[in-house]
Amino acid sequence: MADVSEAVQDERLKQEGFATKLMKRPELGALAGVVAVTIFFLFTASDTMFTLSGVMNFMTPAAQLGILAIGAAMLMIGGEFDLSIGSMVAFSGLIFGAFVVTFGMPLVIAIPATFAIAAALGALNGTIVLKTGLPSFIVTLAFLFILRGASLVGLKIATGGSTQLRGVRDAVGDDWLTPIFSGDAFTGLFAWLAKQGLIDRFSSGVPKVPGIPVEILWFVAFALVATYVLLRTPQGNWIFASGGDENAASNSGVPVRRVKISLFVLTACCATLVAIITVIDAGSTDARRGFMKEFEAIIAAVIGGCLLTGGYGSAIGAFFGAIIFGMVTIGLSYTTIDQDWFQVFLGAMLLAAVLFNNFIRKRVTGER
Amino acid sequence: MAGDTTFHHGAPKAGTAPIVQMRNIEKHFGNIIALAGVSFDVLAGECHCLLGDNGAGKSTFIKTMSGVHKPTKGEIFLNGKPMAFSSPRDAMEAGIATVFQDLAMIPLMSVTRNFFMGREPTKGKWLFKRMDIDKANSATMEAMREMGIKLRSPDQAVGTLSGGERQTVAIARAVYFGAKVLILDEPTSALGVRQTSNVLATIDRVRKQGVGIVFITHNVRHAMAVGDRFTVLNRGKTLGTAKRGDITGNELQDMMAGGQEMASLEGSLGGTV
Repeated sequence: MADVSEAVQDERLKQEGFATKLMKRPELGALAGVVAVTIFFLFTASDTMFTLSGVMNFMTPAAQLGILAIGAAMLMIGGEFDLSIGSMVAFSGLIFGAFVVTFGMPLVIAIPATFAIAAALGALNGTIVLKTGLPSFIVTLAFLFILRGASLVGLKIATGGSTQLRGVRDAVGDDWLTPIFSGDAFTGLFAWLAKQGLIDRFSSGVPKVPGIPVEILWFVAFALVATYVLLRTPQGNWIFASGGDENAASNSGVPVRRVKISLFVLTACCATLVAIITVIDAGSTDARRGFMKEFEAIIAAVIGGCLLTGGYGSAIGAFFGAIIFGMVTIGLSYTTIDQDWFQVFLGAMLLAAVLFNNFIRKRVTGER
Repeated sequence: MAGDTTFHHGAPKAGTAPIVQMRNIEKHFGNIIALAGVSFDVLAGECHCLLGDNGAGKSTFIKTMSGVHKPTKGEIFLNGKPMAFSSPRDAMEAGIATVFQDLAMIPLMSVTRNFFMGREPTKGKWLFKRMDIDKANSATMEAMREMGIKLRSPDQAVGTLSGGERQTVAIARAVYFGAKVLILDEPTSALGVRQTSNVLATIDRVRKQGVGIVFITHNVRHAMAVGDRFTVLNRGKTLGTAKRGDITGNELQDMMAGGQEMASLEGSLGGTV
């Protein structure tokens, strides 16, 4: 009996339009946000904001935040939070600084060693959350303070009383790995483009933008890899499943524990990557590095369509979320608007994103 | 009630050996005896209904059969050989699949992603090893069509399906992954009339493919509609197994409720329960 009645298309279902389909993509809100913010600044900011150097100007902080935000987004999709990312940036910065300055290690040893320590801390975070069943919010909040404090104490030990560790640039200046983590890429191409007159140059013929800052390349590459992993690999499916319903996932054979711990390790490693890039760039590290970045990363992830409850979101959304962030932070200085509006804007953006996500979730699940 | 209904199309062939046989299973949790001697078996292509009221030990029994619990006493035979499952995974690999009430479905994920959750088909090697989305999509659509459900698209979120359709996705998934015995934990308990009949039709369809079904319910009407054999569980014990036609719905109802108390209750309710 059911053969006939069910196989017929249900007459109560309306055909879905293209717009409705698009609405169901988690990153749509962030993309719309980028468009809206761009339009806003096209009207209010000076023209220099959207020149090549202006774009590099806001993309650099966007990239640094974005690397954290994509990690945070993947963890959020997996159903957990990590509030210790910002402190982890400071702590990894300290470890890295101490390795290269105090111990004089070459980067080829210092970088993997720093990542290993960060990964171990990420795994510790994850293990405590999973073993105790406590909310990751509270466990990582504890690590927010522990790691921030440890960075401060560690810096004093490493420097003999100061909270800033200098001399990183001198220590790594001629290392063959340095160009991968700092400076600009494609300088040859940019010089050539300037020579051809295709991009802005100084009167000496040197391009105004010497190349693409490497963090932007890391950011773009990471966004692509993360999106690929989420949407096209079994592991991506496991991440969505672990965040959507832990029980259902593990009953279906998803190694939930392993997935979640890996994600905690991933966020710790993202923080370390940002720490290494910014420490080499600044030539020093201090205890305030990465301050408040955990919240900014989570906000960017939420603007990018991640649900706070897990199981839904996208890496490309976090990518756009971070770009919105960079545009607003830097963009306001191109306008006549008081820059202190930044936080007001941020809060409003977050609220709008959460409301929008909630609406989308109801559409997707057909809740009423 | 005992007569043939829409969902019943003949008993399994006689003389087949049971796929799973459980003998005198006992399960104790500390000083609580949850199961006190349960015997049960499933043949290929039959629907064996396990009836019992709340607290009769149905859940404990299912969990023992699906490898979540180890029995304190008693034996389990799979195709005549003694078996001891140490995890649900073991049982699954041996062909015993369980569809629990929560269905192990994630509403925010698409039907395909749910269907292949934890067992994703892949293509490519090493770094390029990726999920074979096309294959997963077409396999899902095909499996659902066989169960009589036409999906709008394999990307449709499970949350948009009705309760009966979700149940069917879960059953189709178990069958697709080679279940020989399918344990259904109260599949009709939260469903409306029409959706219930759809699920019962699905059970019949799966049975015809030669899968042995353990249908757990406390609804005698649903059991009588589709069951080949009926076993009643009361206070941790099985009260024997009856074949279709040898027992009436009222008798089953009485056995489930433990006889006497029910009789007095029914008196006050005018025999409508």
